[in-house]
Amino acid sequence: MEEQELLTSVETKLRENFGDAIISAEVMRDFPVFTIKRDKIVEVIKYLYDEPEMEFRFLTDLCGIHFPDNKGKELGVIYHLHNMPKNWRIRLRIFFDLNDAVVPTLTTVFSAANWQERETYDFYGIVFKGHPNMKRIMNVDDMVGFPLRKEFPLEDQNREDKNDAMFGR
Amino acid sequence: MAEVVEKSNIELVSSPPGIEGPGFFATSLDKVIGIARANSIWPLPFATSCCGIEFMATMAAHYDMGRFGAERLSFSPRQADLLMVMGTIAKKMGPILKQVYTQMAEPRWVLSMGACASSGGIFDTYSVLQGIDRIIPVDVYVPGCPPRPEQVLDGIVKIQELIKNESIRRRSRPEYKDMLAKYGIE
Amino acid sequence: MPDKNKHNKTLAETPVVTAEKLEEKEYTILNLGPTHPATHGVFQNILKMDGEIIIDSEPTVGFIHRAFEKLAERRPYNQITPITDRLNYCSSPINNMGWHMTVEKLIEAKLPKRVEYMRIVIMELSRIADHLVCNSVIGVDAGALTGFVYVFEEREKIYEIFEEICGARLTTNIGRIGGFERDFPDAAWAKIHKFIAEFPKVLKEFEKLLVRNRIFMDRTIGAGSISAERALNYGFTGPNLRAAGVDYDVRVMNPYSSYEDFEFTIPVGTNGDTYDRFMVREEEIWQSFSIIKQAVEKIEKLPKGVFHADVPDFYLPPKEEVYNNMEALIYHFKIVMGETEIPKGEVYHAVEGGNGELGFYLVSDGGRTPYRLHFRRPCFICYQAYPEMIRGNLLSDAIVTMSSMNVIAGELDA
Repeated sequence: MEEQELLTSVETKLRENFGDAIISAEVMRDFPVFTIKRDKIVEVIKYLYDEPEMEFRFLTDLCGIHFPDNKGKELGVIYHLHNMPKNWRIRLRIFFDLNDAVVPTLTTVFSAANWQERETYDFYGIVFKGHPNMKRIMNVDDMVGFPLRKEFPLEDQNREDKNDAMFGR
Repeated sequence: MAEVVEKSNIELVSSPPGIEGPGFFATSLDKVIGIARANSIWPLPFATSCCGIEFMATMAAHYDMGRFGAERLSFSPRQADLLMVMGTIAKKMGPILKQVYTQMAEPRWVLSMGACASSGGIFDTYSVLQGIDRIIPVDVYVPGCPPRPEQVLDGIVKIQELIKNESIRRRSRPEYKDMLAKYGIE
Repeated sequence: MPDKNKHNKTLAETPVVTAEKLEEKEYTILNLGPTHPATHGVFQNILKMDGEIIIDSEPTVGFIHRAFEKLAERRPYNQITPITDRLNYCSSPINNMGWHMTVEKLIEAKLPKRVEYMRIVIMELSRIADHLVCNSVIGVDAGALTGFVYVFEEREKIYEIFEEICGARLTTNIGRIGGFERDFPDAAWAKIHKFIAEFPKVLKEFEKLLVRNRIFMDRTIGAGSISAERALNYGFTGPNLRAAGVDYDVRVMNPYSSYEDFEFTIPVGTNGDTYDRFMVREEEIWQSFSIIKQAVEKIEKLPKGVFHADVPDFYLPPKEEVYNNMEALIYHFKIVMGETEIPKGEVYHAVEGGNGELGFYLVSDGGRTPYRLHFRRPCFICYQAYPEMIRGNLLSDAIVTMSSMNVIAGELDA
């Protein structure tokens, strides 16, 4: 199905059932992308899972993103869903404030979300409410700070052997 | 492409200086122990990433590391001589590497294979240890990303030279103990 | 009178094992890893065992977390290729080509057919290399070390082909955005033809060793099985999912780089256990081999000399032109200094990696470096299911299951 047709069919279904929880719907390159309100995201995904004409039963990806310039909507979580039999792919996005980084967990619908939500917590500090094991996964457990936020530096600031003057920094 | 190998360009292993006679050979204990240790190294492959796959290629039939005596890999630190650290060591892995090193019995040597183990490599990030010599003493560094098997074998040969020429009293000398104390290892 | 029947208890007097008594059982906690001969890479599992049977396990990952995603935000687009090498380092060319295709999707570049067929040859060679490592290592973990030694000789031949083209064996950094850095030299073609001629014999020898081997089958059939529904819910892709019975392959579902021009079948298993994963990978090696043969034939029919698309904003012009031609000089300067126009937008592209759907989610804000780059890593997602797969199995099954899932530490932690 063409992306525009897929966009309209999914959008009509979602707007029927969720009304104004759907903030926007557009096609970006070759993906229909929906921006959803944060507190309805699990219901939307569960609906897309169960509805016989939608059947997005595969979670391809779950990641976080940080836009420090969008005040009030700095942090975001991006979900990629896939309907394998019909080969439909869509992207869902939610955005929320930096100081209120709590999102309902998707582990009740997809077991695949388990570690991916832990990774998003580790990198961005987004807490997934209801997650069975909300701990850091990649970094050391006692790390302070969330590395993939834009203000966190890439290099370890305490290293002694790399001379910044020689490396042009 | 068979080349005629002349007798003159084959280098036989030369015996250490000593007194020879019918049925006996006398030399200093250092040298004998050095030869024995150097030609039967039991490496511990501490393989974490891509260099580990090049190590597997070095152990395989084409670049056979077994010809240098290092055929029997030991995954238990208690039975190993040479700790070969291959791959990136992250800060999370550092304490484990140090624990494995302290569990090894003397004499022990360390070979750091690859750019990541030697200095952090291309990963100058918050989570990667910039070189294992931050936490354990290293004898030979093999640079490369990943180093070719021939480079690894060159590193092994250098370790063999170090082992052959090492004094058997080295490990009990105070300078050695001071060096270990700098790393916080008893 | 002494009671001769003192020790013959009646049924009523025999102690009964009640549920409370079972609760008092003590479980052994065994730490598997992070340094262990059988963990291929560094990941730790704390196993709770009842004798030899595994009740539960708790994996810990992140021992080789190298912050690829943060590093990618600092590097311009063509410098990210060496990072993608180190994801699934057993098949680095697939990662490289996947990244280049993602950027080409962003800039909407179209590639000539010859370039796409050349990419397919390289990707399928590296898929063969990856599956050879996985299958021989399943053999090693079950005790069969011979297959490993024979199979690595074939990997050396594949390495030599890569070396002729890009100079490196393992972490190849092969190709550029828009194609390849140079045309395949004649020596590379000669080696590819030699590989095509000699590989089947060696693979048949390896198969004779393990495929119908009684001991291997007893070790692997039934070990670490997972049903198709659970596998889909866990986000499995690639050979792990195909062994469970679902025929999902990104090359067929969302064809890229002209895969739709090729004839190949997707092998599918039934039980999702270790033997099925081994056999699916074995059959995929044969399918990749057939794709390589078809691609080489197709390339011979196309006009020679074409090895990159016309994307002057990303593809460095040849040095002779840079020194003689003003326009090439300006493009070279702009590419190296980062002054080229990069379109804004977000794009997701997936390729079929050695372990499944390797996805690249790229958000570009028009700057020299990506704003956000996320790797959808198949090993990370399928390793979550490991505790469920080994529940109720013996410890030796757990080892063979882990090696059959082909968990590469670089892709697990990124």
